[in-house]
Amino acid sequence: MSAPDVELGASAEPRRGGFALAGDLVGVDRARLRRPAVILALLLFALLILPALLSTFWVQILTSVAIYSIVTLSLSLLMGRVGLVSLCQIALLAVGGWVALRLGFGFGPALPFPLLLLVTALVTAVIGTLIGLPALRLSGLYLALITLMAAAAISQILQAVNFPNGGPGFLGYSPSAAGSVAAAVQRPALLASDTAYFRAVVVVAGLMFLVAVLHVRSKAGRAWAAIRQSEPAAIAAGVNVTLYKLWAFALASFMTGVAGCLLAASAGGLTTYAFPAQDSITILAVVLMGGIYNFWGAIVAGVLLKLMPELLKSWGLPPDVLTILFGIGVLQAMLTAPQGLAVQVPKDLAALGRALSRRTRPAP
Amino acid sequence: MMEISGLTVRFGGVTPLDNVSIQFPTGTCGLIGPNGAGKTTLFNVLSGFVQPVTGSVRAFGTDLLSLPNYRRARWGLRRTFQTEQAIEALSVFDNVAMVHEHCSSDRAGRRAAVLDAIAFVGLEVDPQVKVGTLGARDRRLVEIARAVVGEPRVILLDEPAAGLPDEETLHLSRMIQRIPEQRGALVILVDHDMSLVSACCQLVAVLDFGKLIASGATAGVLRDEHVMRAYLGTEEQV
Repeated sequence: MSAPDVELGASAEPRRGGFALAGDLVGVDRARLRRPAVILALLLFALLILPALLSTFWVQILTSVAIYSIVTLSLSLLMGRVGLVSLCQIALLAVGGWVALRLGFGFGPALPFPLLLLVTALVTAVIGTLIGLPALRLSGLYLALITLMAAAAISQILQAVNFPNGGPGFLGYSPSAAGSVAAAVQRPALLASDTAYFRAVVVVAGLMFLVAVLHVRSKAGRAWAAIRQSEPAAIAAGVNVTLYKLWAFALASFMTGVAGCLLAASAGGLTTYAFPAQDSITILAVVLMGGIYNFWGAIVAGVLLKLMPELLKSWGLPPDVLTILFGIGVLQAMLTAPQGLAVQVPKDLAALGRALSRRTRPAP
Repeated sequence: MMEISGLTVRFGGVTPLDNVSIQFPTGTCGLIGPNGAGKTTLFNVLSGFVQPVTGSVRAFGTDLLSLPNYRRARWGLRRTFQTEQAIEALSVFDNVAMVHEHCSSDRAGRRAAVLDAIAFVGLEVDPQVKVGTLGARDRRLVEIARAVVGEPRVILLDEPAAGLPDEETLHLSRMIQRIPEQRGALVILVDHDMSLVSACCQLVAVLDFGKLIASGATAGVLRDEHVMRAYLGTEEQV
């Protein structure tokens, strides 16, 4: 696999070719600075202010929002950028968790946490790529079915073998040990508190989003855009479609593996019934609602998936209501806002702002 | 120089190409025929999207059919599609650059090569504009810029003028005529617009029901009786 080349600066540096007027250039510069500024502000808010405002319980919830937004990012990458429908991201998340626990309980010396994260991600990437092999032959509904079947198979296997809990043998599960071992992978002492761990998870998630953005702007992203629109056109442009599809699966699975490891080390640990195959469809729904052509949508999807149920519970509403709400939400997204909430809400807010300022200003 | 010999393609009981042998020497060569004659099928064989039952294609000393389809662009085979396939989600620059980055390892010269190709086709838009926002003519030009970037050897143009108004076809025609000399590629042009074909092509080959029925100098072939009957219709038929 050739490393994606990001040197081709043209897409990252628009309008250097002398096509913009001087006055225009200032506007472009401002717009170019606005996005990094927004991202930086949000990151600082999440890292510094949020943990100070919230109780441990909500910090743990936000940790899982950040973890699941890596999973939704991986699906958004596969579907929105390459046009591959994968319904096994939840199963791969469980695989990542299993691998992390397996490695965490150790074959010999314990791995330092960053290394554990990396190895887990690589192993998950290999497994995810194997599941992605049918993608070379299938697409659309059939690929969705195959990946859903794979997810169901993985969740069945998981029920049978359980997550490692320090038991003997390769599977590392012992019924007698169940409950007696804190299931979590050992976090480094620095990340022992839930707040510190939340910050670490946000940083890792940020890195995953950065990797995704860099990919989309690189050779791989351009090849994916071609594959998504038309495979013949991609081939005619010299794109090795097989290679780039597999690379997409590998990258998405790598990210999901990272999320699995983070989940394994988070408060509460892992339970086998937390990864049913049908959750893959819920994830698809929230990604569609958040916006699949936009990485902000993946964050919105993470919030919908993990924060909304807890909010509903805290308001005394049954979280099952969400299934209905998500159904309506997907319908709404498909019919009126195919770009998703991440694009639609700012657009609507801007329109509202314009309408209000027009009303307050007296007519000329 | 491209030499197609004994090419046969079968789809079930249909034979869209039946033992076709054509030589395309240099310059711009036309490939014409009524709908369903097998022109696009021939292009798809050259691109590697369709496997022929028999036959061979030699171009500039290479057995083209032995190359994997995605390798052919790097070799120098480029094409446009009947329904234009510029990538909507990418900018004009990235559309052309993505062909260059898969076909040439010259990273340092990439930017210049891409801008040169965009200038060659006469595209007067900001290269950073997304192709999805462009009109039909500009998208066609983006597709042709993708075909001429770098070092193309054979360029297949599949109805580049379809759906364009006359004055834009004129621009297209002038640009296509410059390709062999200025980009050093053999051009094979499929189109139904006979004025475009006559203006661009010294030689033309005519397909009908998957068979080659005439080939040679354009003016002569277009006056050929068989061609008139098969393609343009004769008075007896009316």
